[in-house]
Amino acid sequence: MVGALAVGEAPQLPPPSRASGATLDIRDVSHHFELDGRPLPVLEHISLHAKAGEFVALLGPSGCGKSTLLRLVAGLEQPRFGQLFMDGTAIEAPDPSRVVVFQDPTLFPWRTVWRNAALGLEAQGRLRSHRERVDDALRLVGLGEFAAALPHQLSGGMAQRAALARALVNDPRLLILDEPLGKLDSLTRIAMQAELVALWQRAGFTALLVTHDVEEALFLADRVIVLSERPARIKAEIVNDRPYPRHRGDSHLAELRREVFSHLGIDAKW
Amino acid sequence: MSSSSIEHATPVAGLVLPTGASFRAFGTELAAVAAWSTAAALTLFWPDKPDSDFSYTAALGTGFGIVAAAIAVALFLRFRVPALQRIGGLAPWLLALALLAAVWEVVTAKLGLLPMPFFPPPQSILEVVIDDWARLGDSVLASLRLLAGGYLIGAAVGFVAGVAIGWSRAIGYWIHPILRFIGPLPATAWLPLAFFIFPSSLSASTFLIALATGFPVTVLTWSGVAGVNSAYYDIARTLGASQRFLVFKVAIPAALPHVFVGLFMGLGNSFAVLVVAEMLGVKSGLGWYLQWAQGWAAYANMYAALLIMALACSGLITLLFRLRDRLLSWQKGLVRW
Repeated sequence: MVGALAVGEAPQLPPPSRASGATLDIRDVSHHFELDGRPLPVLEHISLHAKAGEFVALLGPSGCGKSTLLRLVAGLEQPRFGQLFMDGTAIEAPDPSRVVVFQDPTLFPWRTVWRNAALGLEAQGRLRSHRERVDDALRLVGLGEFAAALPHQLSGGMAQRAALARALVNDPRLLILDEPLGKLDSLTRIAMQAELVALWQRAGFTALLVTHDVEEALFLADRVIVLSERPARIKAEIVNDRPYPRHRGDSHLAELRREVFSHLGIDAKW
Repeated sequence: MSSSSIEHATPVAGLVLPTGASFRAFGTELAAVAAWSTAAALTLFWPDKPDSDFSYTAALGTGFGIVAAAIAVALFLRFRVPALQRIGGLAPWLLALALLAAVWEVVTAKLGLLPMPFFPPPQSILEVVIDDWARLGDSVLASLRLLAGGYLIGAAVGFVAGVAIGWSRAIGYWIHPILRFIGPLPATAWLPLAFFIFPSSLSASTFLIALATGFPVTVLTWSGVAGVNSAYYDIARTLGASQRFLVFKVAIPAALPHVFVGLFMGLGNSFAVLVVAEMLGVKSGLGWYLQWAQGWAAYANMYAALLIMALACSGLITLLFRLRDRLLSWQKGLVRW
């Protein structure tokens, strides 16, 4: 699956290969912040298992602690209680096999698009021998011609594509998506949702997506975890076995959407 | 002159005829030529005031004439030489400078309205530059050497200290209070002590210039490093960055705009300390030259030295701006010097 990023090899989507995805185990994780000296609980007893190559969406009201959970998975912070494992190994520090795509693209403004995408390889000291992977990743997200552009010259959608390329260059086994499409306009968003599915099917990584967009979660994910308001607990788990690529008008998805809304406490009669 | 220039602006030469606005601008350019020519004529043909012995009046008049001719040639050639296009934008300034030179010449050399020797005429300053260029040149070199040594040491130490304080809490704990206590003290306040402690006035002055440069560079580098968007670090860490990478490839580039603000402030400070140090201790440099000229009541020499000092300082600031523009070309909307 190392060559999976090269577009030319796969004009048609191959059957999903899940060999390169990692398994993720979240075991009874609780977390709190200190606010004015008092603990502010954020996560309560979260347990979750993601199979290799699975696409799991975490859905919940904004401010419920979803993003905190992602930071724990990424290894940027350690949970106060509980443990997280990737492929059976405890997550104790960030690792390039788990890459996060944040809501803000946060490209480094002093680097060109190409050098932003190359960031991971450069940090790991592997850039010299893997330069073509940067080109491939940029081509994959449709930014091949913008390699020399500076971030301030890009539109919001293009910047987020560049951030995606920066993640994909590392050939992640677990891609952590923190509302990556949250700030895009609706047209770009819809286009990029489809691209994300195609990328995931081609590369075979395990994906963990945080979103507060029900449509997006159902369009993308194998499984949707509904979280409660803060402190976040798992409220419901909805398995979505519709085959990919999915269609937005699918009546089964509409059915699932009603179910999700009811879990979120929103009465969706319309 | 005017007819030939306008011919070049006709469509025959592949160019559009100037519109009303550019005709007015063109008028300013011609006025500048005329004004410099007038200044030349005034200087050459109006006799100097009685009992004066200015030996460079003819040279000054010729100089003004050369300026007039140079502007005229530039106007003539600008449609062929792209580098000369800017002459149009400079025209109002060229005109104003010509008027200033003419007025200065008239009220000093010709009419003697201003008291001598405090207000020497332009030809006296020209005389100093021509006759005393060896001493002036030595002074410029001495000043630049002293400034370069002190500034580079101060900037380097300030930069390293700023990064260290911004990055390491332990280092910040020790350096921060020292910085707050000693930093705001004007570097010149150390002067008597520095000349006493250091073995030579040169090393003492280098230390003072480094001190004056180092403080703003340290503070701004520190605030730049401390203010780096923490998301940059998160991104780099998840991509496998080491501490070293975070410092050199994330913190420092992100802080660079701040660092440059500190470098500019430091450069301004260093000029001030340089002149004071040269006036009070060092036996060379433009500050020393000023002091020496004052001792002889040689006011023309002082004006010449001030003029050269202004050119040098402005040149150094421009140089730093160029460096910044090159290093920070990724920023949009930079201030132009």
